[in-house]
Amino acid sequence: MNHFELFGLSAAFNLDAAELQQRYRKLQQTMHPDRFASGSERDKLMAVQRTAQLNDAYQTLRSPLSRAEYLLELRGIDLAHEQTTLQDPEFLMAQMEWRERIAEVDDVDSLDGAYKDLQEQMRDLQDELERQLNSDANDDAANTVRKLKFMHKLHHELEQLEERVRY
Amino acid sequence: MAYSEKVIDHYENPRNVGAFDKNDPSIATGMVGAPACGDVMKLQLKITDDGIIEDAKFKTYGCGSAIASSSLVTEWVKGKSIAEAEQLKNTQIAEELALPPVKIHCSILAEDAIKAAIADYKKKHAG
Repeated sequence: MNHFELFGLSAAFNLDAAELQQRYRKLQQTMHPDRFASGSERDKLMAVQRTAQLNDAYQTLRSPLSRAEYLLELRGIDLAHEQTTLQDPEFLMAQMEWRERIAEVDDVDSLDGAYKDLQEQMRDLQDELERQLNSDANDDAANTVRKLKFMHKLHHELEQLEERVRY
Repeated sequence: MAYSEKVIDHYENPRNVGAFDKNDPSIATGMVGAPACGDVMKLQLKITDDGIIEDAKFKTYGCGSAIASSSLVTEWVKGKSIAEAEQLKNTQIAEELALPPVKIHCSILAEDAIKAAIADYKKKHAG
């Protein structure tokens, strides 16, 4: 059973986050290991395993990036274990510029400005990803996932800076 | 995870950090990135008319192993011909720096950066 099937959802990029959360909570209750406290060792072990799978599935589907990556895995493109490099000069040049910009962030204003621009670019990429996944343009979607991973890394760098700049 | 002494040495004293003018015809630029970790590497070679790499510079945003891998290859390719530099394998880098399996992609990044730079040079001088 794949992660989508576990939640009774169709394998698509678009999903209702509230709906997913609701189904997760419901399944969590039915599977909770405490319910099997009086059961056999085997039942308990199964309950623990199913709960672990449920949590894993929920975490994977909850975030759009990992959901896209998982969806592509179901469609035969394994992005999680690839070691190939991205060689898109224009995109990488922009990444370099981002890194330089982040290195110069030294106050709340420059941090907020960087967040705003970064989030805008991430939203654009995510919209593009949605279109590509919905039209089965899987190779293009894989490329967009790769780019989004770089953007997430930048976002993470900003979060680390935040502690220094804001507090 | 512990870094090897060689990685720490290159990380603390990176060789050949910097940039050349990418519009100069004798300069080849290779840009590569690793989606898995978000590392970005720019590697530039200064190549003579008879195809010898006389100088190399890099700028890498990434972990210690990625910086060490780029620093090491800039040292290695100096004085080599394009054909020799093209033969460089990531396994040689990984071995020299004693990279653990989870950091092998850093050496792949450095190998691909050299290849991308050479491809850029050939494109510039085609025809």
